[in-house]
Amino acid sequence: MAELAVELRNVWKRFPGPGGEVVTAVRDVSLKIADGEFFALLGPSGCGKTTSLRMIAGFELPTEGEVFIHGRPMGKTPAFQRPVNTVFQSYALFPHMTIGENVAFGLQMKKVDKGEIQRRVGEALEMVRLAGYEKRKPKQLSGGQQQRIALARALVNRPEVLLLDEPLGALDLKLRKEMQLELKKLQREVGITFVFVTHDQEEALTMSDRIAVMDAGVTLQVGNASEIYEHPNCRFVADFIGDTNFMDGTVAEVDGSKARVVLTGGMALWAHIPKAVIVTPGQAVTITVRPEKMHLRPSADEINQLTGRVTDIVYIGTDTHYGLVLNGGQAIRVREQNYSPESRLLAREGEEVIVRFSVDAARVLTE
Amino acid sequence: MFQRFRENRGLQGFLLILPTLIVMIALLVIPLIMTVITSFGQRNADGGVIYTFTLENYWRLAGFTPEGWDDLYLRILLRSLWLALQTTIIVILMAFPLAYFIARAPERRRNFYLFLVLIPLWTNFVIRIYAWVMILRGQGVLNSTLGMFAGMLNLPFQPFDFYPSQGAVLIGMVYEFLPFMILPIYTSLEKIEPNLYEAAADLYANPVRTFFRVTVPLSMPGVVAGTILTFVPVIGTFVVSDILGGRQVILVGNLVQNQFLSARNPPFGSAASIILLLFTLALTLYYTRRFGLGEEIAAG
Ligand SMILES: Nc1ncnc2c1ncn2[C@@H]1O[C@H](COP(=O)(O)OP(=O)(O)OP(=O)(O)O)[C@@H](O)[C@H]1O
Ligand SMILES: [Mg+2]
Repeated sequence: MAELAVELRNVWKRFPGPGGEVVTAVRDVSLKIADGEFFALLGPSGCGKTTSLRMIAGFELPTEGEVFIHGRPMGKTPAFQRPVNTVFQSYALFPHMTIGENVAFGLQMKKVDKGEIQRRVGEALEMVRLAGYEKRKPKQLSGGQQQRIALARALVNRPEVLLLDEPLGALDLKLRKEMQLELKKLQREVGITFVFVTHDQEEALTMSDRIAVMDAGVTLQVGNASEIYEHPNCRFVADFIGDTNFMDGTVAEVDGSKARVVLTGGMALWAHIPKAVIVTPGQAVTITVRPEKMHLRPSADEINQLTGRVTDIVYIGTDTHYGLVLNGGQAIRVREQNYSPESRLLAREGEEVIVRFSVDAARVLTE
Repeated sequence: MFQRFRENRGLQGFLLILPTLIVMIALLVIPLIMTVITSFGQRNADGGVIYTFTLENYWRLAGFTPEGWDDLYLRILLRSLWLALQTTIIVILMAFPLAYFIARAPERRRNFYLFLVLIPLWTNFVIRIYAWVMILRGQGVLNSTLGMFAGMLNLPFQPFDFYPSQGAVLIGMVYEFLPFMILPIYTSLEKIEPNLYEAAADLYANPVRTFFRVTVPLSMPGVVAGTILTFVPVIGTFVVSDILGGRQVILVGNLVQNQFLSARNPPFGSAASIILLLFTLALTLYYTRRFGLGEEIAAG
C-alpha cells in the first residue's frame, strides 16, 4: 500500500444522549486509507459514518484514539487548520455570496494572491463544467449545479483529502447516476484521496476503490467491491451488500477451509469457511448463498443439492426469480438468468425441484 | 349563490381583508387626509382651524417665520434624528451579542431566554419609564449606590444630575427598544444553517473571520428589521422625552403634541407631523433599498 492519506487508530466517539445517557456513535474504529484512494464509508442510517468523517474534518474530536492525516497526528487541531475539505450533504453554499465568491472563499482565507485566486476559481468552475456562473447566487442554480459548486469550492483548495458526506443524497436517481460516474472520473483526474460517505451500497460498489462497511459504530469489513460482495465476513455485510439467502444449521465436520453443515430440517451441504471465521463441529452457524449462484438446472457433479418446493415465480426480463421453501422449512430465493427461451420454463409453482450450488458459493458465517 | 361564492376567489380575498380595510380606512387613511388638509390651514384665535391653502406652517418649520429667521424647529428635527441614530446604534451593539448568545444556546434554553427578554413588555410602558426616573434622579437608586461606594472608599460624593437630561432620554429609549432589536436579530441568526459555520471553518476561516464573513452578513435582515422597528418609533415618541427629559428635551413628537394640546395650533402641529411622516418614510425607503431585506447583501 502506498503512503497513508488518512489513518484512524482505535477511534471512539461518545456523545451525551438527550436523557443523560451516553451514545456511542463510533466504537474502536481503525482505518487506513491510502493516498489517492477513493474510499467509501458504507452503512445504514445512524451507524456512525458522518461522525467518523467529521472527526477527520475536525468538526468533532475523538473521545479516544487518534486521527492521522498523512502521518501527522491531528490531536485537537481545529477544522480550519486541517488540510482537508468537505462537501456537505446539504452543500452548505454561502447564500449571501456569489458562486465566484463561494469558490474563492478558501483561497482568500489562505491569503492566496488575487490573480492566482481568479485563475484557480476559473479552473475549478471549468472542471465542474460551470464556467461563466461566477456572478450567480447559489439559489439561482439547480440542485445538481449546486452540488458541483460545492465540489469546486472544496477542490479549488487542492486539499490533501476530500471528505464527502452523502454528496449525491439530494439528487434524483438519474442525475445521481451521472454524478457518480462524473465524480469517479474527476477523482482519477485530480488524484486526491476521496473519503465518501453513503448508505447506498450500489453507489459504494460503483465508485469506490475500497469500502468500509459499518454498523452500530463498528467497521465490520474493509475491502474492495468484489471482496465485500463475494467474501462477506459476517451476516450483516452479506445482507447489506446485494441480495442473499441465509440458512441456519450446525457444523458437522470441518475439513480445512470447508465445513459440512446440517441444516435445520436435516439436509446437509458443504460450505467455504472465510479466513476471518473459526468454527468447530457442533457449532450453530448461518450459511449464506447469493441467489444468482444457485441453480435449478440439474447437474450431476455438484455436491450441494437441496430439495424444495417452488412457491412463487417472478419474471423480470433479464432474470427470473424463484421463491422456494426447502424441505425443512427454510425459505430461499434463486435467480436464473434468461439467456435462452427455455430458462423461463425451469419450474412451475408448487413443483418440487432440486437446487444446486458450488461449495465456494456457500459461506459459513458465525455472526 | 353559495356555489358562486366558493368559486369566486377575488370575493373571498376581499372578504378576508375587509375588517382590516375598514379599520385602516377609518383610523389611518381618513385621519391622514384630514391631517394633510389641516396642515395647509390656519389657526383662529380660539384654537380652531380655518381651512384655507397656505404654506405658512411649512415655511415656519423650515425657519422662515413672520418674525424672521428662526431655526428652532430645524434643530428639534435634527435633535430627534440624532437621538434616533444614537439609540439605534447603541441598541444594535447591545442586542447583537445577546441575540447571538441566545441563538447559539441549546435549543431548550432558547425559549426561556426569549421569555426573559420579553418580560419587561408585560409592564406598562409609562411605568417602566417612570422606573428610570426613580433610578436616575438626584436621590435615586443610582446616586445612592454610587454614594454608598464613595462612602466605603472615603471619597467625597456629589450626586450627579442624571435626570432630567438628554442622556436620560437616550437611556430610556435604548431600554425601551432593546427587545425590538433582539428579536429580529435572533430570528435571522437562528435561521443560519449550522453547516455554514462548519463550511467556513472547513475553508480555513478562523472563528473571527467566520463571524465577519458569514454570521454578520447573514444576520443583516434582522438588523435591518430591528433598525426600522427602533429608528422610526424613536423619532416619533414623546413620552420618553417628556418623562426623562423633564420638558427640557423637545423632540418632534413633543412638538406635535404641544401644538395640539397646549399651544392650540393644530395646523402647525399637523404640518410638523406630516414632515415627520415624510422624513421617516424617505429614510425607511432609502434604507431598505440600500440594504435590501437580506439576501441581496453581498459580503464585504
Ligand atoms: N452531536 C450528537 N449528539 C448526540 N448524538 C449524536 C450526535 N451526532 C451523532 N449522534 C448519534 O451518533 C450516532 C451516529 O450518527 P451519525 O450521524 O454518525 O450516523 P450516520 O451513519 O451518518 O447516519 P445517516 O446515514 O443517518 O446520516 C447516531 O445514533 C446519532 O444519533
Ligand atoms: Mg450521516
